[in-house]
Amino acid sequence: MASEQRDERQRWLDRPENVTKIVRALWIACGALVVAEFFYHKHPYFGFDGSFAFYAIFGFVAYCVIVFSAKGLRRVIKRDEDYYNE
Amino acid sequence: MSEVLLNPALLMMLAGLVALVIPKRALGVWAVIVPVATLALLIALPEGVAGQFTVFGMELITRRIDGLSFVWAVIFHIAAILAGIYAWHVQDRVQQVAALIYAGAAIGAVLAGDLLTLFLYWELTALSSVLLIWASRNPTATKVGFRYLIIQVISGLLLMCGALVMHQQTGSIAFDHIGLEGVAGWLIFIAFGIKCAFPFLHNWLQDAYPHATPTGTVVLSAFTTKLAVYSLARGYAGEDLLITIGAIMTAFPIFFAVIENDLRRVLSYSLNNQLGFMVVGVGIGTELAINGAAAHAFAHILYKALLFMSMGAVLYRVGTVKASELGGLYKSMPWTTAFCIIGAMSISAFPLFSGFVTKSMILTAVAYEGHWVIWTVLLFASAGVLDHSGIKVPFFTFFFHDAGHRVKEAPWNMLLAMGITAFLCIAIGVYPDPLYAILPFPVDYHSYTAAHVITQLQLLLFAALAFAVLMRKGWYPEEIKSTNLDFDWVYRRLLPRITAATLNGVWAVDRAVRSAAMRGLDVLVAKANHTLGPGGAFSPSLSTGAMVVYVSLLLAFYVVFSFYWSA
Repeated sequence: MASEQRDERQRWLDRPENVTKIVRALWIACGALVVAEFFYHKHPYFGFDGSFAFYAIFGFVAYCVIVFSAKGLRRVIKRDEDYYNE
Repeated sequence: MSEVLLNPALLMMLAGLVALVIPKRALGVWAVIVPVATLALLIALPEGVAGQFTVFGMELITRRIDGLSFVWAVIFHIAAILAGIYAWHVQDRVQQVAALIYAGAAIGAVLAGDLLTLFLYWELTALSSVLLIWASRNPTATKVGFRYLIIQVISGLLLMCGALVMHQQTGSIAFDHIGLEGVAGWLIFIAFGIKCAFPFLHNWLQDAYPHATPTGTVVLSAFTTKLAVYSLARGYAGEDLLITIGAIMTAFPIFFAVIENDLRRVLSYSLNNQLGFMVVGVGIGTELAINGAAAHAFAHILYKALLFMSMGAVLYRVGTVKASELGGLYKSMPWTTAFCIIGAMSISAFPLFSGFVTKSMILTAVAYEGHWVIWTVLLFASAGVLDHSGIKVPFFTFFFHDAGHRVKEAPWNMLLAMGITAFLCIAIGVYPDPLYAILPFPVDYHSYTAAHVITQLQLLLFAALAFAVLMRKGWYPEEIKSTNLDFDWVYRRLLPRITAATLNGVWAVDRAVRSAAMRGLDVLVAKANHTLGPGGAFSPSLSTGAMVVYVSLLLAFYVVFSFYWSA
């Protein structure tokens, strides 16, 4: 299998600099979405959801909260793969 | 009687029985043409109630087609067709028969107009679906299947008890709005709640679905839980309790999904979270909310099936869906990769994908009713969906570190099923009007506003950005082999331990009491031996002559005594 892999042509994604390009593109897209805040008419449901870049900040923070909480949860509930012996 | 037979559900189940005898090579095509034919019948049938008959004074309604049941019956048919194509190559009679009967029973339950008919189909879905787990044919699947079956049957029994109580109190078993009143209302509510995987009643789902066959999980994912959502929408629409329950359901599975290694179990947690959105919609109970729940169920069945199909294809080719053992599969399975990403974008609710036009109906309905806390929880859960289903499943399977698997692309029929499902996911996202047209209530809702598109993209792309940052910093939890404890630990470990400890205690006490009693007896016997046994005080050896002397003395005493005591 290893030799097969060596013979394979290298894919675009295999090069780390290309992965960096994707991440940069994501940064640019996010930046554009923040700029877009100035160009559309908001109709918030409650008020707080109409504040500047609410969804952007919420998305980023919520994601981090989820990942870090899950890491904490793992400390409590992680067991061996064959814990239940089935 | 012909009206009773003119029922897509019954015909599909009959076709399932026919599949017991047809040649094995015909099973695949049979599993596709049967649901296509019964779907045509369903569309041709008129709205309204038909196929009634009376049993023990109870009126059974076997076919009720109205706004609510129609949309569910349609998507169940579509799911059966797609699952049939996906499993075309499977020449396992058990699975093909079970899949048809299971789908038929689910459709029958949706069309049922009374609780007794519902109960019969309810139990039938349990009995037929467990075969899709047992068909994995390994000892673990057998155990898991029994656990699954027990819980499903308990749900059915609660439903039956509730129906009987209701019949006694009201004289009716009609399946209309029930409400959380009285014993009957609660019994039926819990029965539905088990099948809907309410918090603490949910573990059968994450336990069972990852152990079914690659094709079986696709079938399982479509019916049981969405039948429960339908039943809640029919019986408990507008119950405030459902809003809270649903919001909890959207939130808690996220954390488990992030750290779960088995990707079919990740999708099961994700399924649980998606059900939460529908349950919230049912709890809100307005026309927009019920429409949202129905539309979301419709879209969800498709993208969830698509995601399970892609993981099933990986399992079929690679032999595992453990994230820790996968990676780089896009090189071997490019089509499966593309379809998985479409499913991932649909469930994450990217604009132009199905989740975008259905989930937002529920969020809007929640906001209109002023529930800002619930709304925030749902938004939080939406970011979570992007993580576990939108990014984690495709990323760790098809990208990330190349695990070195060089396999063939999925079989043509799997690709075809995934292709059609992916097409439907995009079609609903781009042009939702046909779906909106079959929803229970008239739709006055537009998902494509500038504000909605931009805010949704902000939410998703910034969450994706967070992923990229965490990943590059090395802070994202790695995929490792593990078992994560969930509530099922209570009945898989804690209760057996308590039972064992209790029994051991009882046995120990029992043993102690008995040995103490035996010791007491031993002492007693020894004492008795001492006094009454040979050589004891009561047993000196006396001669016969001495005995005669004693008897004579006694008689003499008697005679002397009788002189003084004459009558």
